[in-house]
Amino acid sequence: MAYSNKVVDHYQNPRNVGSLEKSLNNVGTGVVGAPECGDVMKLQIQIDENEKIVDAKFKTFGCGSAIASSSLATEWVKGKTIDEALQIKNTDIVRELALPPVKIHCSVLAEDAVRAAIADVKKKNGKGEPVASQSN
Amino acid sequence: MKTVYLDNNATTPVDPRVLDVMLPYLKECYGNAASRNHRFGWDAEAAVEKARQQVAAAIGATSKEIIWTSGSTEGNNTAIIGAARMYAEKGKHIVTCTIEHKAVIDPCKYLETQGFEVTWLDPDRTGRVSAEQVANAMRDDTILVTLMFANNELGTIHPIEEIGRLCKDKGVLFHTDATQAYGKVPIDVEAMGIDLLSASAHKIYGPKGVGALYVRRKKPRVRLQPILYGGGHERGMRSGTLNVPGIAGFGAAAEIALQDMESDTKRIAALRDRLWAGLSEHLTEITLNGNPDHRLCNTLNVSFAYVEGESLMMGMKDIAVSSGSACTSASLEPSYVLRGVGMGDDIAHSSIRFSLGRFSTEEDIDITVKSVTEAVNHLRNMSPLYEMAQEGIDLSQVQWQAH
Repeated sequence: MAYSNKVVDHYQNPRNVGSLEKSLNNVGTGVVGAPECGDVMKLQIQIDENEKIVDAKFKTFGCGSAIASSSLATEWVKGKTIDEALQIKNTDIVRELALPPVKIHCSVLAEDAVRAAIADVKKKNGKGEPVASQSN
Repeated sequence: MKTVYLDNNATTPVDPRVLDVMLPYLKECYGNAASRNHRFGWDAEAAVEKARQQVAAAIGATSKEIIWTSGSTEGNNTAIIGAARMYAEKGKHIVTCTIEHKAVIDPCKYLETQGFEVTWLDPDRTGRVSAEQVANAMRDDTILVTLMFANNELGTIHPIEEIGRLCKDKGVLFHTDATQAYGKVPIDVEAMGIDLLSASAHKIYGPKGVGALYVRRKKPRVRLQPILYGGGHERGMRSGTLNVPGIAGFGAAAEIALQDMESDTKRIAALRDRLWAGLSEHLTEITLNGNPDHRLCNTLNVSFAYVEGESLMMGMKDIAVSSGSACTSASLEPSYVLRGVGMGDDIAHSSIRFSLGRFSTEEDIDITVKSVTEAVNHLRNMSPLYEMAQEGIDLSQVQWQAH
């Protein structure tokens, strides 16, 4: 199966690969998927005091489409507020990367990863703790 | 960059020596081998009979015991379904293994719907079934044991001779799908007690679309009900006009394979060992799958922990290999062969099959080692599993959110 040029580009030059300090209160971490299924995505966001996503990182175990979907998701969430980031739909990812039907689950996983990361950071701050500064 | 072909278990290029033999039968000698009353037919028949001799010689059979087919899928279907139907009155029990090729599994499953019972043996972790397992599975109504000679994904070779002898003792027919082994390892249907054997030309540098089924003629004389009905060609077991150029090519390919077997095996095994040594030198946490002692000289199945197979193939796009991952299928399930030997799905997703061939070179291997190393490092750098393992997390204890 041939990959689209955009998938190949994200595979070869993944954006925002890496990790953020997951213990920080302003960092949300989402890990979705399972090794047995051939896909695990870890997506992290860092927010400022206005709940704007100032940084995002990912690491993905999975096929090229899974890598590209998560790489694209980190690009898209950066600069958005968490509410805006929740508007990102897997179908947007499918369209942007021209994913074939068998790869739609990769985009679903990326959307799930974004949601899980946002839920995590919300949960952390729902405890009433102030958003920690980045230098913390 | 040079493209490297290490997918010879999928198919092989046609050897130029084979092509030379085939060409006249595509050009001037275009007769039908069944035309008994003119020169064109005689020439075609002579080519077919010469090839029959050559294909038989590679397994210690006589030429009359070779039935031409379109390939091993047809050979396996003809042998299994044909024997089951012919001997159904004797019994309705068949013994096979869970990691056979689909061309054996599916005919067996079909027979299960037709009142036959099939015992599906589980191989050990290296992909091997023991003669003892076969013996334990046999019953009074067992009519057929069908086990592949060598596994296509792992290269593991079953103890064929022991199993064949056991079948002889019990008076049970023994079929082996020798698609991957034919022409690569010494096979003697007499010494090994094989009654039926399927082979395919395109795995041994012959053309696609032609195969052979060995059907024993003496001790016992094996009979098969045909699955194709028609003009009664091939002793009534396989009707249809013969693929004369393909058959001539298969004959030449078989002769070359037999003649060069020792030197090819030695050279290809050395290249396979060079590949494994190179990968082991440059990468940690890689595992050799299959049986280190009983295996084909050309097959190397390796798991690269924390890296998914399909993405790995994408990273080494100039190297043609196969992956144990089946990410493109809707099921998301990895190879049933790798699962069948008890490998976890996570490791199965991380497996690559390198299958070398007659035309593989040292340069191919060195390019492959470099390319695989780069791709694995690239992917491990972005693998959350690798990161977790580095942090000392036991991945088997993690509660994954499966999808």
